[in-house]
Amino acid sequence: MGRITLEKVTKSFGDVEVIPPLDLEIEDGEFVVFVGPSGCGKSTLLRLIAGLEDVTSGQINIDGQDATDLPPAKRSLAMVFQSYALYPHMSVRKNIAFPMRMAGVPDDEQKRRIEAAAKALNLTDYLDRRPGQLSGGQRQRVAIGRAIVREPAAFLFDEPLSNLDAALRVGMRLEISELHKRLETTMVYVTHDQVEAMTMADKIVVLRAGNIEQVGSPLELYKAPRNLFVAGFIGSPTMNIFDGAEAAKFGAHTAGVRPEHIEVVSPEEGYWTGTVGVAEHLGSDTFFHIHETGLAETITVRAPGDVAYNHGDKIGLNPRTDLVHKFDEQGLRVQ
Amino acid sequence: MARAISTKRKSVNTAIAGTLGFLMFFPILWILILSFKTEEDAIRAPLQILFDSGWTLDSFAAVQARSDYFKHFSNSVIISVGSTLIGLMIAIPAAWSMAFVPSKNTKNVLMWMLSTKMLPPVGVLVPIYLIFRDTGLLDSRFGLTIVLTLMNLPIIVWMLYTYFKEIPGEILEAARMDGASLREEVLYVLTPMAIPGMASTVLLNIILAWNEAFWTLNLTAAKAAPLTAFIASYSSPEGLFYAKLSAASIMAIAPILIMGWFSQKQLVRGLTFGAVK
Repeated sequence: MGRITLEKVTKSFGDVEVIPPLDLEIEDGEFVVFVGPSGCGKSTLLRLIAGLEDVTSGQINIDGQDATDLPPAKRSLAMVFQSYALYPHMSVRKNIAFPMRMAGVPDDEQKRRIEAAAKALNLTDYLDRRPGQLSGGQRQRVAIGRAIVREPAAFLFDEPLSNLDAALRVGMRLEISELHKRLETTMVYVTHDQVEAMTMADKIVVLRAGNIEQVGSPLELYKAPRNLFVAGFIGSPTMNIFDGAEAAKFGAHTAGVRPEHIEVVSPEEGYWTGTVGVAEHLGSDTFFHIHETGLAETITVRAPGDVAYNHGDKIGLNPRTDLVHKFDEQGLRVQ
Repeated sequence: MARAISTKRKSVNTAIAGTLGFLMFFPILWILILSFKTEEDAIRAPLQILFDSGWTLDSFAAVQARSDYFKHFSNSVIISVGSTLIGLMIAIPAAWSMAFVPSKNTKNVLMWMLSTKMLPPVGVLVPIYLIFRDTGLLDSRFGLTIVLTLMNLPIIVWMLYTYFKEIPGEILEAARMDGASLREEVLYVLTPMAIPGMASTVLLNIILAWNEAFWTLNLTAAKAAPLTAFIASYSSPEGLFYAKLSAASIMAIAPILIMGWFSQKQLVRGLTFGAVK
């Protein structure tokens, strides 16, 4: 079980309120991702759940029990840190065994769980090495192993992949997702990378300045962002946002259209026209960064890889009008 | 980073460093030579010292016969090791809280601690002497251990604080998440990680306590007198006993010199810990 609810939780450092009153429900078995720009309070929120920071006011419940004043060790949560936070003076085996040693798990049970975790995480050959002798990916696996053997109510991940290189990050992302499918344990995951959020989450919590901007499944956030901030934050490349007369044509104060919802056509056929600034050829796709459209300084368009235009070419653009997002003066979504 | 240094400059630097090193070592060398001489040879014109009549162990024998070396030695060991251990017991929690749970005033507390080292010890000699007299601590190993603990505590706290600062807080948080109590966190995670720093703190503190001569001379007479008092007893105004004084000095500094020599690597690593990440 691992149901976590936050009720009117606030956190201030001195006079600075980093988390204004916040309510949140995390269901048992859910994979919840906190995402937002740096300094939005997502790590602080995770640390409040972990018990590494004290809440200023409000209540945190874990499985229906008030855990607000419990020390971290008593919350039956396991945490994986960005810096891995392995114990450098202990072998991998001892690192993984540490939480069980603290909990007084019998030796043979410890051994069984270490072997199971090592097998699941491909660490069997490295059990007697020190963390210093491992690569970044292996260290992260050890950190995950150390979390798994506790059999916690929920896992907390604090930007666990930020220190890995891009290729490794994709691999570890999949491993963590598979782990979640296998264990069916609640996971709370903090990242600033919206791709990680979209690919891993059951539920995304978008944060800005300690406030929850929107909570929803990845596709809900993608299809119906509640405001301009979420619209701009979710999706890659980011949504094209424009206002003025062009937005008014769609009946909105501000309008947005995703790069993948604009078709590149010849200038004569285009609803809008523009000049190609940069064409990024990724093979499968081509991203065109287009100027002089009269919408915004640059409009990004995602086209199939075989669409060939180059710098300076005039092109026409056709948005899918049914997929244009509309926002009012306050930046809130208009249905 | 490699920087090109000309061979000439290198040899000049080596020569300067060598000379300075020799100058610093010279007094010890001189004492060592004198300690193997007869009293007559020891006060002769210095230049003949290496080539004259003979080498002898007489001075050592005379010193051992006149005063009990091992009593002084064991006093030194008890006082220096004891003060270091008590100091550590106080300094580890102090440094832990300042390094990992700092407050606005942590820097001020550290400065205040260091400021106690700025007062010349003689400034508090009279009150401490009177307290010791009234509590019966004069000439006791216990009293001396306490005084030396207090003298060196600021340095131990400062050093440990510096080493603890180098340890990432996340590792201690991980230990807390893993279910470690504060005691277990300090015992199983912090202390093993701070071993190099702690070792050099211990070594430096033992050396400082071993060589401390102001309090040890003023607060002891016979019973608790350590090796510093043993040396001092040979610098008498009644006559010149260079050879015996040298022999006593060599016997007093030899243990700490040998210990320092063997732990040199550890000491240098600890003292420069954190200089390069």
